[in-house]
Formats: sequence, C-alpha cells, structure tokens
Amino acid sequence: MPDYAWPDREHRSLIGKRIGRVDSPAKVSGQAKYTYDVHRPGMLYGKVLRCPYAHAKVIGIDTDAAEKMPGVKAVHVVQGPGSNIHWAGDEIVAVAAVDESTAEDAIRAIKVQYQQLPHLVSDAEPPKGAAQGQGPLSMDDIDDMLDNQVPSQQMVAQIQQYGITAKGSEDALKGLKADGATDAVLEAIRTATAHPEAASRPKSNFQKAAAQTLGDPDKAFTEAEVVSEGLYGIPVITHCCLESHGSISEWTDADHLFTHISTQNVSGIPGQMAEPLKMPATNIRVQQDHVGGGFGSKFSPDRWGIFTAEISRKAGGKPVRIMLERDAELKVAGARPSAYARVKVGAKKDGAIVAWQSESWGTGGPGGGGMPPIPYVFVVPNQRKEHTAIRNNIGPARAWRAPNHPQAAVLTICALDDLAAKLNMDPVEFFGKNLDLAKPRQDIYREELAIASDLMDWKQKWHPRRENQSGLVRGVGLSFHTWGGRGHASDCDLTIHPDGSVDLKMGSQDLGTGTRTCILIVAADTLGIPIEAIQLQIGDTIYPPSGGSGGSTTIGGVSSSTRRAAVDARDALFAKVAPALNAQLDQLECVNGTVRVKGDSSRSLRWKEACSKLGAMPLTVRGKNPDKSKAPDLTSSGVGGVQMAEVEVDTDTGIVKVQKMVAVQDCGLVIDLKTAESQCYGALIMGISYSLFEEKVMDPSTGRMLNADMEFYRLAGLSDIPELVVRMMTGKGYDERGVIGLGEPPVVSPGAAISNAVANAIGVRVPFLPLTPDRVLAALGQKAGA
Amino acid sequence: MRDDDPNLKDPNDKSEKSGVSRRDFLKISGISIAVPLVAGPKTVMAAGQEVAVHGPGKVAMEFAINSKRYKADLEPRVTLLDALRDQFELTGPKRVCDRAECGACTVLMDSKPVYSCSVLAIEAQHKPITTVEALMQGGKLDPVQQAFVENDASQCGFCTPGFVVACKALLDKHPHPTPADIRHGLSGNLCRCGTYDGIRKAIAQVAQKGA
Repeated sequence: MPDYAWPDREHRSLIGKRIGRVDSPAKVSGQAKYTYDVHRPGMLYGKVLRCPYAHAKVIGIDTDAAEKMPGVKAVHVVQGPGSNIHWAGDEIVAVAAVDESTAEDAIRAIKVQYQQLPHLVSDAEPPKGAAQGQGPLSMDDIDDMLDNQVPSQQMVAQIQQYGITAKGSEDALKGLKADGATDAVLEAIRTATAHPEAASRPKSNFQKAAAQTLGDPDKAFTEAEVVSEGLYGIPVITHCCLESHGSISEWTDADHLFTHISTQNVSGIPGQMAEPLKMPATNIRVQQDHVGGGFGSKFSPDRWGIFTAEISRKAGGKPVRIMLERDAELKVAGARPSAYARVKVGAKKDGAIVAWQSESWGTGGPGGGGMPPIPYVFVVPNQRKEHTAIRNNIGPARAWRAPNHPQAAVLTICALDDLAAKLNMDPVEFFGKNLDLAKPRQDIYREELAIASDLMDWKQKWHPRRENQSGLVRGVGLSFHTWGGRGHASDCDLTIHPDGSVDLKMGSQDLGTGTRTCILIVAADTLGIPIEAIQLQIGDTIYPPSGGSGGSTTIGGVSSSTRRAAVDARDALFAKVAPALNAQLDQLECVNGTVRVKGDSSRSLRWKEACSKLGAMPLTVRGKNPDKSKAPDLTSSGVGGVQMAEVEVDTDTGIVKVQKMVAVQDCGLVIDLKTAESQCYGALIMGISYSLFEEKVMDPSTGRMLNADMEFYRLAGLSDIPELVVRMMTGKGYDERGVIGLGEPPVVSPGAAISNAVANAIGVRVPFLPLTPDRVLAALGQKAGA
Repeated sequence: MRDDDPNLKDPNDKSEKSGVSRRDFLKISGISIAVPLVAGPKTVMAAGQEVAVHGPGKVAMEFAINSKRYKADLEPRVTLLDALRDQFELTGPKRVCDRAECGACTVLMDSKPVYSCSVLAIEAQHKPITTVEALMQGGKLDPVQQAFVENDASQCGFCTPGFVVACKALLDKHPHPTPADIRHGLSGNLCRCGTYDGIRKAIAQVAQKGA
C-alpha cells in the first residue's frame, strides 16, 4: 500500500517552507489576465438598465428606440412587465452594442414604467411585538426565495419545517422550475403539509425564530455574582471585489457556449448555467486564469451571467462582455448580513462565566437571515437566545469570509470583555480562566493566548478601564475565533512524460490565496523535483473538476488530490525504474531531482533519465479527494486563533488609530508559510477596514445605497495599517493534524479585538462597528452625561 | 467660487484669451450635438472666437505609449484607461472604480502618476505614457516589481499593477521616502485583499538597496 501520508518534517523539501508565490511575476508585471481583461475578436459590450426603486413592480418597458440605434446588436429584457423588484439596482434590461458608449446611450433610450411599492431598508431593532413567527410558505414566498437566490438546501429545510399555504399545481411547479427551483425544492413542495388558513395572514418584515435554551438560565442569573448588560452590533458591509462580477460569453456554434467568468467556482459554473439556458452542462466551457477577489461572493454565474449568454445568442453568438459597474458591484453583488444584540452575561466573582441571554436581530436582505453562532467559542453552560430576522429591501446577502463568525465574535467576545471589566479582571486572565468552555480547542487557545500576550507586550499595555479620559488614549483588546475546514472534492491529473517534463491539470482556481503555489509545492516535494519543473494548468472546465473555493476548503482539497496523484505517479515511475537500479520498489525515493536507492547514492538516476524508462507513452494518474481507498485523510477541521489589537483614540475628534495587531493562528500542517502568513496579514488589514470604516449605508426614503462608490464606501488605505505581527502555530501538535484552510479564520477576530481595545482606551463601549468618530464621540458623550 | 455664477470671475481665469471656459464648453457641447458625425475638428464661434470641436463622432487620435506609437479612432468621451485596455490590449491598468478613487488604473503620463480612468484619451495624445507593462525590461523585472515579488505584495493582484506604478513614481521622486512620503505617495491606491504590509516592506527593500 503506497504511503500517502504527509512526510514528516525531516522528509519535506518544500512543504512548510517559506516559498514565493509562483504567479507573482505575472501579477506585478501586468501580464496576469483576469476575466475583465479578456478581449475576444468581435466582442460586443453589454450594459444593464437597473431599477432605481427598492421595491416596485415593472409595468411597462419600451425598448424600441434602443433597438433602432446604430451599433446596438441585441436588447434583452431581463425582468419584464409584471415582475416584482425587491431591491434598488436589480436588473431590468440588458443591451449589447459595438462599444460601451453606444450601449450606454441605448440604455438611456429605454423607457421603463414602474409602480413603486413601500420598502424597508433599515435594520434597526424591531419594534416590540412586530416580529411574527414564520408560518407556512406561499408560492409567492417560494418564488421570492428563488428571486433572492436562497440556496436550495435552505429552501427545502424551510418548506419542510413550516409547510405551505396551498398545494401548488403542476403548472405552478413548472413555473418555479423555470425560475430556477431545483428538483429537491419541487419535491419538498409536493410532499409538504398544506395550511390553507395561513394564506390570509399579512406578512411581517420581522420574523422571529424559536427561542433556544440551554441549561437553566434563570437560575444561573440569580446565582451569578456579577451581571453585565450591553448592546453590540456589526452592520451590513459589502464584498467590494476589486474585479467586479461579470463574464464574457460567446456561442462557438449553435449548441456550445464558451464563457470567461470571474468566479471562485470554475468547475461548478456549467452545472448552474445548464438549466436556465436549457442546455447540457457538458456543452458549456468555462475558463478563468486569474480572479480579482471573491471573498465568498462569486460562486454562482448569477442572473447576469445567464443573460450575458442569452444576449450573446441573440447577437448571433458573438462574444458579449458584461462586467458590473462599480456602483452595481456594491449595490447588488454581495453583502454581509448585519447582526445586533442586547446581551446579558453573568459570572461568579472568580470570573467563571455561568449565564448568557441574548435578543439578537439582523438582516440578510429579502431573505432575512439566521442567528450567528452565539455565544461564540465559549459554550456558556446556561443560555437563552432569541433572534429576529429582518426581511428588507437592501439586496441579497452572500457568504462573506467566515459567514456569521465575525458577527458572532463581536456579539460574544465584546459582551464577555465588558463582563471582565465589570469584574475588574484583566481579559487575558478572565478568558484564560474560562477556556475550559472553549472545548475541544482549549489547549490550542491557551498556548496561543500566551504567545499573543508576549507578542503584544500585553502585561505592559493593559490597564483597567479608566473614567473620564481625555486627549490621546491607548488601550488593548483581544478576541478568539474558530473555523472548520476539511477539503472540498477535488480531482486532478498528473502526467509524467518520458522526457521528464511533468504537468498537472485541475479545474480549480487561485483567488490570490496561493492555491497555485501550494499545489506545486505538494507535487514538487513528492516527486523530488523543483517547482519550476512542473507545469500547472488550472481554471478551465476541460480539466478534472475541483470544488468551489469557499469555507477554507480549497487547500485541503487540492493538496490532498495532488498528494495522492503525485504519490501514485511516483510509485508508477518506481515500477519502471526499479529494474534499472536493481532495486525493490520500497527501496526507492525521489530526492533532489533524482530517483535513487535509499541510503545508496551510487545507485541513482537523474530525473530525466529515470523518466525515459517510461518508454513511448507518458504516465497519467488521477488524484482524488476525498478518497477513502487511499488513506489517510490528509486534512482536518477546526482551528483556533487568538488576536490582539492596540489602539489610540483621540477623545477630542473620536478618531481611532490601530497601533498594532497580533495574530496567532493554527491551521494544522502549513503547506507554504509565506502565503499562509500573507493570508493572515491580509485578514488583519481587511479586519481593520471593516472595524473602522465599512458600512453599506441605505437611504430610508429612496431605498438606495448612499455610498455605492469607493470614495464613500471606504476601504482601509496603506496609512491606516499599523505594525502587524503574525505567528503561525506549526510543529508538534499542529503538523500532524493535516492540512486545514486559512481563508476564513483570521478575518473573524479583528472586529471584536479592536472594539475591545477602544473600550479599554476610553473606558466605555462603542456599541456598533464601524468605530467611526461620530460613534466614538457619542459613546464618550453618553458616559459623560450618565 | 460657483462656476455657474455669471457675476463671479476667478482672477486667475484667463479663459477668454487662452481657450474655452467650462461655461463656454457646455454651450459648445450643446451646439455640437447638431454637428454631423465626422472625424477631424470643425470650428464654431464661441465666446467671440473660433474654437475647434471634436466629436461627438470618432476622432483620429495618436498616442505615445511605452515608447511606441498607437493610433485609433475614438469618441472624445473615451477615457485613456478604456483606450489602453479595449483598443491597445494593455490590460495591466485595471478598471475598478472608474472615477479616480482607487488607483488600480494608475499609469505614468509625463513621468507623473495619473488615474487613467479620469484622463480623456483625447487629452492624453502625444504625451509620453508608461503602463506597468513597460516597467519590465528585456524580460527582467524592475527593482520595484522584484521587491513586490520577494515581499509577497500581491494576493488577488488586481490592485497590484496600479500600486507598482505608484510605487515606481514614488521611489523615482523620493529614493529614500520618509513615512510621510509613503503615506502621501500611496494614499491614492486601495487594496481589498490586504497587501499593504508586503507593499510597505517592498518599498523599504528598494529604498535600502538603492542606498
């Protein structure tokens, strides 16, 4: 049985070292091609007319003038008369023309009549008694869910849980299918219980989930010696990918579509386009070389990916490019749900946390959204939790790095930090004391907490919260986080050619996380040849399928399939080479560009020479993940991380400057230390950005996003970034866990850590992120007036 | 000063002698809609003198980009960025915000960094323009690019070309930049993945090696 397990430290030539990103030279020289850069012969340019209203019905559309304009090649109504529009910026008509300006002129020439409907864009605390329990779903509800891109699994769960108001006719079901309902959803509707009496109930924007209780919270609060109550929250923010969403689609013949798309999910795109385009997935080819950011927002072709293909068909199959404008990118292409809570926590005098109570709310747009996993990391033995989802018209939510975790960290760790302050305890001591509630990762956290404290010089910097601060004041704060991991499904083909060249093909994508680099490190380490000796091809559906890059599952998937392929290829090569070296298979090893007998340097073949023993035909093997026949599992799940922040606050202006951040992170076996550290640096920077600046601001009267540009939707700039210290946990106790992803975990804690540092600095909690000057001054003012 | 107030006059405004004021330009654009689609300037009388009118149809333009001559027929409303990307396939400069906020489209014009999304192509004619593509010489990366590679100063890489050009301009002007020089020189570029730490280290490396 071949040994697929990761080599131990002494037998790794590349794995775990600090290896440079292989696509850096292409990126720094402008040679790297992104979807937005693809220029196909005869390409047409598409533009989209968007609804200016947050809630409206389309009454009429007049495209005559646009269709007659010279240079306009196709006009495509996306949502025709009768369509209900649930957010401002939703797509109504698309146009393809010979150049962008002509397409823009054509868009201006289209007339649309709307009936405006009442909208809600606020996610403020729901009025008392306004929330209603979720009742049975109507066909309209289900249609709305489809419009709002609610995942199929979630729809099925809701249909099963709540039932439906009326059995849908087969015609109605056909309509749902045409709108994108999966077979699983249709089956759930067919088998759901009908509650016709519920159909007449008016629908509320506020939907209460059933309360969740653990232990005996009432008793625990009476027995608690110190109780802290507070308000905490984190608003809706956007993904703001620098490369906007979009695609270039063309029909290579009447039945075959070729799409370049900016995506996190190359292999998964054809399957999602097939049904709406009524064609087999196998006739759809998708290609992407580089992607300019995704962060969870680019798994689907999206409605615009579908109509780009449709409008290309209308234009005789010519390539059509539709990339979202910046304002559309911020309005419709991705938002992280908000979360707010009134939290009450209780502890014993010695700091032991005993009770948690929370009333939380938040919005994920028209779909509402669920409760973040609170209390986070620390499983408080007695809890009561209630959550109200706000269904409103801000546009649909999407997964944003570590979905629900940054929210959970702010709601939990900030509330517990206030409790520590009330106990007059140093948070390092307080959280350290309660780490047994953080099972099963308590030991990892304990080790990380000590390292982070040293790196931050916490003992020198922490002070109890002080009253009546003025001028420039400093403080420190910390937070904890976790995430799952494992590896997604991944196939790859590794070929060794008789001339010694090697290629590896995989339908994966590199989001800038270092996926290419890590695949090459694993293959090169296993084959004992340099990275440069392997040609890697990814980003195309002609290669074996590999999963979407989400949930920190990519590194686990691609490193496992690559390792298995490389081990099998190596062993197949050994079989050809063994006779020449007069050795048994298990005596051979691949080291330093040679195939040799272990411990006998005289019996050795150079790589090229060894490969020539393959004969005329190259050797190709398929590596897979998961693959139970090829144990062990090379991945693991469940990481721990601790972060600390130091801030300086100007109490006169309310301006917060982060002075230093420390991230101590575990992710099992690190494949490439350099890009792993970069992931953490990047996460800290993104975290500073959402802690201090980012918020999707909605105008209550017009229902539109007010800051849909990059001047007022502010990202952190270089000068906002302080000294950053990153420490990856490696070696014994970590390496043997296997590979675990790193995309999500380090971005979870900055919000809570920075908020806690500000509270430590100014002596009072600023309840909501981002920690803007007005919010800081308001919190200081409230304290002064109290 | 409000530029739509007829009673106010900017003392520095020499528009009557030297060219066309914004107000006159608006009047001219009104007139020009009636002008048939032709390449090459027409003249109209505005503010008491003859001024050339370009467009609204396509106009023959000529550029000096990366020491080469490029020609294209473009509408006057086309930006330098779109001309570079869509006409000449110089896609190093990226279109991100398209309104001078993020710096991903940064190129050098007359050796100064500019946002190519906010320069009209017609105004960039004949001015020496350098895009990120030209920084690499004979297959060798510029020291700034090399430092970006060594310090892992890119992740998704979409902001990288703009940052490389902005850093190049910064370091050409200040070979040993102070923290204030760096803040100022790079305040016009934004990154989403969070590569600022690497960029800062890259600048420090070039500044040190150049010493």
